[in-house]
Amino acid sequence: MTDFLLELRSEEIPARMQVKAKEDLARLFNDALAKAGLAAASVETFATPRRLALIATGLPLATDAVSEETKGPKVGAPPQAMEGFLRKAGLTQDQLIERDGVYFAVVEKAGRQTADVLAEAIPAIIRAFPWPKSQRWGAASVSTESLRWVRPLQGIVALLGDAVVHCEIDGIVSGAETMGHRFHHSGPVTIGNAGDYIEKLRAAHVLVHFSERCAIIRDGAKAAAAAAGLTLVEDEGLVVENAGLTEWPVPMLGRFDPAFLDVPQEVIQLTARVNQKYFVCHDSNGKLANAFVCTANIDAHDGGAAIVAGNEKVLAARLSDAKFFWEQDLKVALDDQATKLAQITFHEKLGSVADKVERVAKLARWLVEEGIVKGATADAAERAARLCKADLVTGMVGEFPELQGLMGGYYARAQGESDAVADAVRDHYKPVGQGDDVPTAPVTVAVSLADKLDTLARFFAAGMPPTGSKDPFALRRAAIGLLSLIMDNGLRSSFRKLLIETGAATSYFDLEAFLIDRLKVQQREAGVRHDLIDAVFSLGGEDDLVRLLARVKALQAYITTAEGANLLAAYKRAANILKQAEGVDAAAPAPAELVTEELALRTALDAAEPKAAAALSVEDFEGAMAALATLRAPIDAFFEGVMVNDPDPAKRAFRLGLLARFRDAVTQVADFSKIEG
Amino acid sequence: MSDVAPLSFQDLILTLHDYWGKQGCAILQPYDMEMGAGTFHTATTLRALGPDPWNAAFVQPSRRPTDGRYGENPNRLGAYYQYQVILKPSPPNLQELYLGSLKAIGIDPLLHDIRFVEDDWESPTLGAWGLGWEVWCDGMEVTQFTYFQQMGGFDCKPVSGELTYGLERLAMYIQNKDSIFDLAYNNATADRPAITYGDVFRENERQMSTYHFEVADTDMLFDAFKKATAECESCLQHALPIPAYEQAIKASHIFNILQARGVISVQERASYMGRVRDLAKGSCQAWMEKNGWAV
Repeated sequence: MTDFLLELRSEEIPARMQVKAKEDLARLFNDALAKAGLAAASVETFATPRRLALIATGLPLATDAVSEETKGPKVGAPPQAMEGFLRKAGLTQDQLIERDGVYFAVVEKAGRQTADVLAEAIPAIIRAFPWPKSQRWGAASVSTESLRWVRPLQGIVALLGDAVVHCEIDGIVSGAETMGHRFHHSGPVTIGNAGDYIEKLRAAHVLVHFSERCAIIRDGAKAAAAAAGLTLVEDEGLVVENAGLTEWPVPMLGRFDPAFLDVPQEVIQLTARVNQKYFVCHDSNGKLANAFVCTANIDAHDGGAAIVAGNEKVLAARLSDAKFFWEQDLKVALDDQATKLAQITFHEKLGSVADKVERVAKLARWLVEEGIVKGATADAAERAARLCKADLVTGMVGEFPELQGLMGGYYARAQGESDAVADAVRDHYKPVGQGDDVPTAPVTVAVSLADKLDTLARFFAAGMPPTGSKDPFALRRAAIGLLSLIMDNGLRSSFRKLLIETGAATSYFDLEAFLIDRLKVQQREAGVRHDLIDAVFSLGGEDDLVRLLARVKALQAYITTAEGANLLAAYKRAANILKQAEGVDAAAPAPAELVTEELALRTALDAAEPKAAAALSVEDFEGAMAALATLRAPIDAFFEGVMVNDPDPAKRAFRLGLLARFRDAVTQVADFSKIEG
Repeated sequence: MSDVAPLSFQDLILTLHDYWGKQGCAILQPYDMEMGAGTFHTATTLRALGPDPWNAAFVQPSRRPTDGRYGENPNRLGAYYQYQVILKPSPPNLQELYLGSLKAIGIDPLLHDIRFVEDDWESPTLGAWGLGWEVWCDGMEVTQFTYFQQMGGFDCKPVSGELTYGLERLAMYIQNKDSIFDLAYNNATADRPAITYGDVFRENERQMSTYHFEVADTDMLFDAFKKATAECESCLQHALPIPAYEQAIKASHIFNILQARGVISVQERASYMGRVRDLAKGSCQAWMEKNGWAV
């Protein structure tokens, strides 16, 4: 048994790709081993900006010899069969083995040296590597078929035990030498074997463990903030990104002019995070402090003073830009900004953003006036809707598009709009996909719902629904948002009514089916069964989504009990019998004499039918299920004790009629034929 | 900073010329037309095509009408200087060569944090793209570093390495100034102080901003755009890729002024850019054909 080290050294790999690259390397390596009949005891992967590496332990030095036996024709089979078999096996008949009247071909496969397997596997792994984007480079790139890698590949270390595994790809020859830190170490680092890789690189100022660099950044950034009496705003995404940008991370605290704190803190945090990859800090009151933590890649010989000074200057320039936008934007009323939305196309077939705002404003107002969204005033809903997109033309959102909504909220508040309106402007994009906070403030709910409803209805009506993996207008996300708003806020309305109000109801059925589909996806996480959604939806007429889901949940609660499962089984049995019968009449007259089971079932139906109907009429779906539950024992007894297809036509007609009543009673609640199991 | 006095703006250029000249680059002069970036210089665009080796370095004055701030913003200019290096094919030690140039202009990589941060470059008007990085020095982007993969819609065979230094930013860094306009342009002598970047260019910034944002005659410019387009097409019909390409550059700059004047709507923007791209692509194709390279 021995260990194997592979290092693929390149120019700087984008930080965002490193974690996935580790996984891909492990997968491709394990697949290559498995194909050769090998397996490692353990495989560990490493990534830094300049290298992707792997250590596999417990590899055998060679694969075992195997003898493969293939079954051939029987003794005495036609000669053509024998000839065909021999041709395929590449053998002559005297090389076959005969056992129990059957010929077998036996091929001995010699074991292979693991080094040979690896020498073949390494170039194959490199060529097959699934980088999100890759490039050609250098003299070889005169051909478009030349090697592609995420950035130019510089070297390969491949050591099995202490020996180099020899391979070559596009002129890059494997060896035992790598490079240390770009600035802290000059000249090559010679690796002896997998066992000394990590420590030799550490000595050359490279921490190959991604997790070790993450820990240094996480802890170091917290400590740097704490040393200044501040609290770091933790951000695991930044930890990982900085770990992907450094081989020797050194977190350091810098400051900025407190005058910049006038700018909304989200803006400061965003520019620090996105443009500069800095952490921000809070003071003891939990407010944003005028400090940041940057992560350098060197132990500078002045202790980092020049680096901190340089970073402070860069952030100051960025913040002065942001402050400029903030102050400029505050000078223009949102109503004036909104007039510029006529210049921005929403979609070429669907007019400008100003057109959309007009529609959303009417719809939001209507949602309140109709009482679908309660607790808001129609004026506030319309006002918020009219302002909600105005920040798209502000300087700040032009610079930081991800601040849309948020900035509008700030500007609305600054010009004296009510909190309800300003909050609605801020939050009306929410929820952005599953898992995002769902608004509950009534004005916000009205605007957000109107916005999503308009988007969905218009794109469907214009014949642009999502297809397959293509969803360029994020309609699936809009649908999930719409459903969450309706469910979480218990908004009661027929969906058809909502859609008609958008003025774009031409594709009603497509959109409804699409929403039901999204509902299944959305509810899957909550454990709601998709077949039960179908069972309720396919009754037709149920397009109040809140009620629909309540029914589904009641159904699921019952159907998953033993009793529910029995009732379902009984339903299926009844439905099967009825399917094969002709001229079933639920009102078929009772014969003169009834057996006990018939009587019991009829009595139970007589009682359950009105109970279920009454419960349904007040949306008491548990009550309706309870009414159905009373049928379970009589129907079981009925099937046990009665032969439905009695030779006497009158008896048969009555019994079929009873079953039809049973089926119809159940179907009032849900279409049980859609239920799986 | 180092013990020696930091380089003046002009010495920064001279030092880079000296450095890249020693690496075998032809030191060229700026292209004598208005353009938005050094990449538009034929020494980059056209020479990036075809199989012949090519190593050149030059300063390119770059005009960005929309970035003009009337000389008021300490970090923004409507016209500035790029230092371009193009090496074809990209040499295996391109990063080391580049880092050598930073040392030459006085940046110590054990005192300053130099980083290669993913930034893929794309020029929609040139139909060009490449992979590479923005190079950070203590968090400031000082250079765009790109391996060209396509130019004018054609695969680069072989790939060129392109370095674009933002000279003003580098100088601000080296001289530790907070405003572009305070940069020392030249070196003080015994009897004369150094002149500043502001002394040389501030008035240009003021007047050109006024022109681009307020005065430029848009009817004339729309007309000029059309004429440049037509002239480019005429040159292409005569199999003259270089004059055709010059007209594409001209159209691109006119489009930039129209943008600054705010008369191109969001909807129209893409279609204007598409037209410039078609001209640039057509010129690149004619250049390939003229040289007998397969397109």
